[in-house]
Amino acid sequence: MSKVLVIAEHDGESLNASTAKCVACAAQIDGADIEVVVLGTSVAGVAAEAAEISGVGRVVTIEREDNGPAIAAILAPQVAALADGYSHVFGPSTAFGKDLMPRVAALLGVNQISDIMSVDGSHSFKRPIYAGNAIVSVEAPADYTVVATVRIASYSAASGGNSAAIESADITVEIPTHTRFVELQTGTSDRPDLQAAARVIAGGRALGSEENFELIYKLADKIGAAIGSSRAAVDAGYVPPETQVGQTGQIIAPDLYIAIGISGAIQHITGIKDAGTIVAINKDEEAPIFEVSDIGLVGDLFSIVPELTDALG
Amino acid sequence: MEKILVGLKRVVDYNVRVQVKSDRSGVETDGVKMSINPFDEIALEEALRIKERGDASEVVVISIGSAEAQQQLRTGLAMGADRAILVESGSSTDALTVARVFKSIIERENADLVILGKQAIDDDNSQTGQMLAALWGRPQATFASEVTFEGSTAKVTREVDSGMETLEIDLPAVITVDLRLNEPRYVKLPDIMKAKKKPLDTIPLADLDIEPAPQIKEIEFKPPEGRQRGIMVNDVAGLVAALKDKGLV
Repeated sequence: MSKVLVIAEHDGESLNASTAKCVACAAQIDGADIEVVVLGTSVAGVAAEAAEISGVGRVVTIEREDNGPAIAAILAPQVAALADGYSHVFGPSTAFGKDLMPRVAALLGVNQISDIMSVDGSHSFKRPIYAGNAIVSVEAPADYTVVATVRIASYSAASGGNSAAIESADITVEIPTHTRFVELQTGTSDRPDLQAAARVIAGGRALGSEENFELIYKLADKIGAAIGSSRAAVDAGYVPPETQVGQTGQIIAPDLYIAIGISGAIQHITGIKDAGTIVAINKDEEAPIFEVSDIGLVGDLFSIVPELTDALG
Repeated sequence: MEKILVGLKRVVDYNVRVQVKSDRSGVETDGVKMSINPFDEIALEEALRIKERGDASEVVVISIGSAEAQQQLRTGLAMGADRAILVESGSSTDALTVARVFKSIIERENADLVILGKQAIDDDNSQTGQMLAALWGRPQATFASEVTFEGSTAKVTREVDSGMETLEIDLPAVITVDLRLNEPRYVKLPDIMKAKKKPLDTIPLADLDIEPAPQIKEIEFKPPEGRQRGIMVNDVAGLVAALKDKGLV
């Protein structure tokens, strides 16, 4: 009998969509009881959102002053203490989950499974390695807690409409003071979040400058899209790092992904291969991006993108 | 601070397009170019810069794996590390065991700071630094893009999904590095010659008395399901029509 604990990701105000995706993954385990834990300072609203996720049997809250901005060293001992009694502990394969979950696994004395993309059995999973160039089937030992991160681009969010019970847990563990939050600087844009967006417009090195990225922003704003980028564009300083899509950036699965001036290195492709439709605009007809795109257009982005922006909407 | 430890993992080179073996038992590594994991190179570069500006006195590079990892350690020594330690193990080693090995070396060496790559580009796990910090009971600052020191604390700016987060951590600590932290230096020929004389100690894994970790078995490897090449359109009108066809605009 599997009992899965899903670690909720949130910003103190609202639940991140990654949580319902982790629940969707957990629900693939036959007959699993699924519970969500929300750690924070004051989490009633977030817990209520989590209780709506279909398939969740119970929401557990752990509220304390130290649980403000999520710090792995502070949250991990609480999660590890709560994990007793669960067969699985899942978190999202986002910056939050990737930071936290291995710390939990080590406290529990187990190895972690990173980036679950499919469930083959209660202890059997598939995950990508080598930037998605290979998929490996793995099996965790049956007598240990399975600690894992879920590759959220592989899952659609579990639906809502549920009303699970919410209960607070009292966890007594020593909280370290050696790690302190200083600040979080976020972009000031009103554009949709890259992870959650149904449409993403991404630009690459061919844009040539930070100023030229205006073309990308105009097109994105016209159709309500989030902004993505290639590593080359970030390294060149055209766009901030949180826009980077790929092996070492964000892995996303929007309905529509338009890659503009991105050649399509394997490390980039691995970040978009679950997108619904991939559109590529590139002046080089040999660019590898065309091998994975559903719709390709060869030509000069500096004339195509403004024309496309005018044509849409 | 006195001493910084840096992990160097030997991995298939970044530019190699990895193929799954025909019997699905793994990926083809015979005759394939091997290199230092690119994130680990950034970790070493940062350690060297910390030492060069006078904030540390020694940089020690460590690899855990086969004797062949000596190549990567020699490259690390040529970049400027002072010493190298190879913990020799026959088979590939899981993240928890690697974290336990690092902890054991930290205790031997009395290190103040451990800098690792945020992930290895072979297994893409992104686990070792966090596990080590947990076992050591010390701070972790993962995905670092800026690191500064003030006395016995460090300020680390991290790349997170919503932007840049800054943490203040007490030393000793574990930092894992992201791409934007620095650009690693190129190794020059005289440095390679000098590196041959630098100490490289080999310790058999068995000598460290590491508790065996529960293993996650790798059952089968497969190539990914590819996406099909779609249609090409000639102009913006064709693109808009194709998008409308799919109900996307």
